[in-house]
Order: sequence, then C-alpha cells, then structure tokens
Amino acid sequence: MSAAISISPTAPATIDEHQLVDRPIIVAYFLAALTYMLVSLAGGFLMAFQLIQHNPLQGIELLSPGRWRMIHTNAIAYGFIANAFLGALHWAVPRLTFRPVFDRRLSWLIFGAWQVVVLSTAGGLMFGQAQALEWGETPVWIDPVAQLGLLLVAINFVAPIMRNTGPMYVTLWYFLAAFVWTFLTYAMGNFVPEYFVTGTSAGAVGGLFIHDLVGLFVTPLGWGMMYYFVPILLRKPIWSHGMSLVGFWGLAFFYPLQGIHHFLYTPIPMFLQYGAVISTIAVELVVATVIINFFGTLWGNGSAIVGNLPLRWFYTGMIYYFLTCFQCALQVTLTFQALIHFTDWVVGHAHLVMFGVFSMWLLGMMTYLFPRLLGVDWYSRKLSEWHYWLSAGGMLVMAGDLILGGLFQGWSWAALQPWEDSIAVSQPFWATRVIAGLAITGGQLAFMFNLYKTWQVSRHVRTKAAH
Amino acid sequence: MFETKSGVFFVAGLAFFAFAFLSNALVPHLMYRDLPEQTVAELVNGNLRYQFEDLAQRYPEPFQQVYGTPPAGDAADEWFDAKCAEALELGHDVYVGEGCWHCHSQFVRPVSNEDRRYGPVSESWEYQNELQRPVLFGTRRVGPDLCREGGRRSNDWHAVHFFKPTDLSPTSPMPQYPWLYDGASDKPNERGLALITYVQWLGSWLESYPYYEEYERLPLKDAELQAANSESGTGVAP
Ligand code: HEC
Repeated sequence: MSAAISISPTAPATIDEHQLVDRPIIVAYFLAALTYMLVSLAGGFLMAFQLIQHNPLQGIELLSPGRWRMIHTNAIAYGFIANAFLGALHWAVPRLTFRPVFDRRLSWLIFGAWQVVVLSTAGGLMFGQAQALEWGETPVWIDPVAQLGLLLVAINFVAPIMRNTGPMYVTLWYFLAAFVWTFLTYAMGNFVPEYFVTGTSAGAVGGLFIHDLVGLFVTPLGWGMMYYFVPILLRKPIWSHGMSLVGFWGLAFFYPLQGIHHFLYTPIPMFLQYGAVISTIAVELVVATVIINFFGTLWGNGSAIVGNLPLRWFYTGMIYYFLTCFQCALQVTLTFQALIHFTDWVVGHAHLVMFGVFSMWLLGMMTYLFPRLLGVDWYSRKLSEWHYWLSAGGMLVMAGDLILGGLFQGWSWAALQPWEDSIAVSQPFWATRVIAGLAITGGQLAFMFNLYKTWQVSRHVRTKAAH
Repeated sequence: MFETKSGVFFVAGLAFFAFAFLSNALVPHLMYRDLPEQTVAELVNGNLRYQFEDLAQRYPEPFQQVYGTPPAGDAADEWFDAKCAEALELGHDVYVGEGCWHCHSQFVRPVSNEDRRYGPVSESWEYQNELQRPVLFGTRRVGPDLCREGGRRSNDWHAVHFFKPTDLSPTSPMPQYPWLYDGASDKPNERGLALITYVQWLGSWLESYPYYEEYERLPLKDAELQAANSESGTGVAP
C-alpha cells in the first residue's frame, strides 16, 4: 500500500516506511478512541432511557443523566473523534510529506497528555464541575492543559509539513489550516466567554465555538483524510483540482462566519443573525462542489463501494454529509428556526454530523488501517459487514426519527398545548431512538470483538514467524 | 497564494479566522459595551429576597444549618442580602454542573407564540451579569424555558419537584436530584436551597413578575385590590 504515496519532487530516493510511520502510536490512539466511544454510548443510553422514563439508575449522583449527557458529547468529540484523528494523522502526514513527525517522544507525551485531558474532563463532568459552554463543558481548570496539548500537536505535525518543499497536496492544506484553527477555536471558546465578555456577546462567542469546533477542527481533518484515502483506494487522482480549491477556500472563508446561527432569535443583533444565515447558505453551495468532486472521482468505479469496505464507509459518510448540509440550508432559515429550534430536529442533525459523517469516516479509516497495522487481514469479513450495516442503518433510523420527532415537538409548542403533550408526542420517537442506539452499539461491539480476534491471529502469526 | 503554505497558514488560518471573530464576536461586544455588567450582589432584588426569606421560614432547620441565624435588628437586612447572593451564585453552579441547561433554555423568542407561553421576549440587558459567563441561552428544550420561571411556582413546589419530578408531573422525564436533599423533599441541603433560589431569581427582575401563562388580573376594583394587599401584609406588588 505504500505505493500509494503521491509523487512529489522532494521525495527522497528510498524511504523506509517503518522509520517514517510510528505504528504503535496509531494503534494506541485507535484503542483509546474506541474506549471513549463506549463511554459516549453509555452516556447516550443513560439520557435516552431517562427520556422514556426507564432509567434503571435513577437518583445516583455520579450517574445523573444530566451530567452524562455532557460526558456523551465530550467523549465523542475529544475522546473518540480527536483520538482517532490523531492516530490517522500519524499515518497520513509522514506519508504525504516523506518526513517523520517533529519528535516521536513528543508524540507519546501528547498521547499521554491528551488522555489525561479527556479523562479529567469526564471525571470533572461526573463530579458536577462543568463549564457552561456547549461542546466545551471541560472544567475550567483543564482548559490550559488542553490548550497546551493542542499547541504541541500543531508543532509535531506542522514541522514535517513545513520542511516539505514543492507543491502541497490538498490534504495538507486542510491539515495545516486545521492545526491553526483548532488551537484558536479552543482558546476563543473556552476563555473569551468565561473571562472577557458576558451575556449576549458571550452567546455570540459560544455559538462561534460550537460551530467552529465542528467546522474548523473536525471538518478540515475529515475532508483532508478523504482527499488522502479515497484516491489511494480508487487508485486514481481526484476528479477536479479546481473544485478542490473552491472547496477549501470556500470553507475557509464562509465557515467561521456562521456561529451565530446557533442562537437565532436571541437578543444578538438581527443584522448579525442575517449575516450568519447568508454565509451558511453560501457554504452549503461550496459543500455541493466538494461532493460533486468526490462523486466525479468515483464515476466509472461505482461498483468499488460494494467490495471495498473502507470506501463504502467513506462514501456513505459523504452521502450523510450531503444530507446534513442540505438539512442545514433549510433549518438555518428563520422560517424553519421558528418551528424546529430547541427540538429534537437539531439533535438529529448533530448525530448525523458527529456520528453519521465523521465517526463513520474514522471507523472506515480504522477498517482500512488495522489490517495494515497488525499485519493480518480482518478475522471476519462478516463481522465487518455487520459493523457497517448496523452503524449506517442505525444512524439513518436515529436521524430520521429525531428529525421527524422535532417537527411534532415544534408544532405542539407553537399550538400552546400543555407541556406534557409535547412529551407524550415525543415518546414513540424517543423509544425508536433507543432501538437505533442499540443497533449502533451492537455494530461497535461487533467491530471490537472482530478487532480482538484479529489481534489474536496477528500474535499467533508473529510467534510462528519468530520460530 | 491558494496552494502555498503561507497562503494557507496566514490567509485561511489566521486572517479569515480573525475576520470572523471580529465581525461576529467583537461587534456585539462593542454594541453592548455601555450596558453595565451586574455583579451577583447587585442581582439580589426585592422579589428574590422575598423568596429567599420564604425559604428561611419554610425550611427553618435546613436553612439555619446552612446559613446560621440572621442577626437582630437592621443588620438582618444586609445579612439576608449577602446570604441570598451567596445562594444565587452556588445555585448557578449547580444548574450548570447538573446540565439543567441542556434540557431547559433561557430565552423567549419573538416567534412560535412563545411570548404567550412564557412572557415578554428576552432582551440583551437581562443577560448583562456575572451569572451569564458563559451565557445560559441553551439550545434544547426537553422541559420548558426557565427565564420567566421565578415566582411562577412556590418554593415547596420546586423542593418536591427536584426531589422527584414525577410526584408532581407524572409523565416527566426530568431526572431526580435526591443529592440536593438530606433524605427527604422537605430537607433541602445547601445545594438544594441554592438551586431553588437560583430558579426563583429567573425573571424576578421584570415588571411582569411573576408571569403566568394566560394570566389575567382578577376583575377586582383597585380599591378592593389594595385593601386585600394590605390585609395579607406580604408587601409584594400585585
Ligand atoms: C432530561 C431533561 C431535563 C433535565 C436534565 C432537567 N429538566 Fe427540568 N424539566 C424537564 C421536563 C421535561 C419538565 C416538564 C415536566 C415537569 O414539570 O417535570 C421540566 C420541568 C422543570 C421545571 C418546572 C417548569 C414549570 O414551571 O413547569 C423546573 C423549574 C425545572 N424543570 C428545573 C430544572 C433544573 C433546575 C434542572 C437541573 C437540576 C432540570 N430542570 C433538569 C426536563 C429536564
């Protein structure tokens, strides 16, 4: 597979792939990521069962659904998504730049520091020390550590990118920008509304943070990975370089301008709200160009997604990405907002983005990389298929269910019905969501079991080779 | 520029980010710079003081355990104000730590009949205080909006509700919070008293306090109303 490295004029004549890529750390990151995935799922279930009034663990302080709802989102964002991306970056960046990361000891230091950050976030939330910033509930005393960690991450990966001469591949545009943005976004969201501004202005910054965390940390890393893996798997270049440029620069310009759309109809000045709405619709057009570019790349090789499982994960994620962006272009309008804001419609949207798109991409990358890291093929293709179908299917049901449920909640409120009515109307949707969540969890368990078995096989193969 | 390191780093990475921050975050900040930010002590108002003293009377033992006894004479006034501010701040921290703000919003929108359900549409000055760092607008309503909640329910209603919501609202998916009590719903502990104070504060700064859904004044003549008020002796505005 190392043949897949794109040809660059600065490529040294011979590269020792094992010196370039630090394999053990990738495995470590992926295992940490999967652990937090389980933690996040547990948090989701606590709240999901609470909503249908069947929480078996009622009244236990450390297991309060309100606190675990925050662990749920933080564990998926900082535990699963961040860890999995860091692992994948250790694979992709050295291969794209032909240079190892800045320092391998630093890599392990970052790994350790990041686990401390995520664990103390989870612990802090469990003990009721949240910060009132959505997606940034990390207790305030952890924020400086996390900020330092992000700086080190940037140094470790930006160094090889900077040392690389010659043209930069699309992926590296996204990565380079993502390292700058993530650092700035975290600093802005966690410090400005806590220490520098208050009230409505803090709301504007908070909205910007929620938004940029997805748009400037997760999204550029995700698309960067797609631009890297998809051509390798299809063994052909991206369809249009021009469209790649439009996609990147369109995202870079329009994405950061939209934060306020999370707080429409608040006391934030109306002209700023209009600005956010317009730039959101603009970015959906940019998204369309990126999607077209990737489907243009697939054109003629469509059947590859049947047999090639990682590719199927990637393209399913892209379809969900398109759906969720289309949904966004509708829901961001003030007409829709009046009805669906505060409802489960938005929760459906968030799940579609964080799981349906980015987690699916990362699970696809793991499906691709684990056999290469362990040196043996997957133990069971069937389990891998189950993993895919339960995840993709469960997600579709969950998102559709919550989005639809949100409409009913919105109508119930607007009709001034008593509050219990909006709860009664939600019950079937909340029950369906639990079932979809169980399916998704089943998929992840199948994956983890498959991974365990694969690891056993790889150990067996290695001991045999040693004899 | 479009494919170079410096282009990506400085233009996309730094410049676009800065432009967005200045236009989206600095502009509202500059617009509201003349609205003073109130401290917690300044947030204690007559309506809230009334509720806080009501807590002292309803739950004398828990209250005394947590706050001690008020001094005699004029000093009591200051004492109650100080303790009330203390409770308000702790109540805010409990509200944040328990994630109440993920199930309850704190702003009334000018659409979807919300002013009829909750009360007057929210305005900027209402959020210009220390307890809105970061702001608690919220993004999801599993339960109703709370920014006009103060005075809408009595203290003992809240005490029973936080202890076990289904006792008052049988189909409620709201979690129980028994750790805010010493074993029974009539024994709120320090955090419990504080949270009730915080919830009673929400909206207490408005003229329309307390706001009830479809609330209409009784068709009493003004004189009768005044007489009734002075009799009950609560001293709270009608
Ligand atoms: C799982 C979501 C959820 C969480 C978490 C939650 N609530 Fe609720 N809350 C509800 C729902 C649903 C209702 C409406 C039914 C009822 O009255 O119990 C409600 C009702 C209320 C009411 C009564 C509103 C009224 O006047 O009718 C108050 C006050 C309240 N919640 C405060 C809180 C506080 C304070 C917290 C945090 C300690 C909290 N809630 C946590 C869902 C939640």
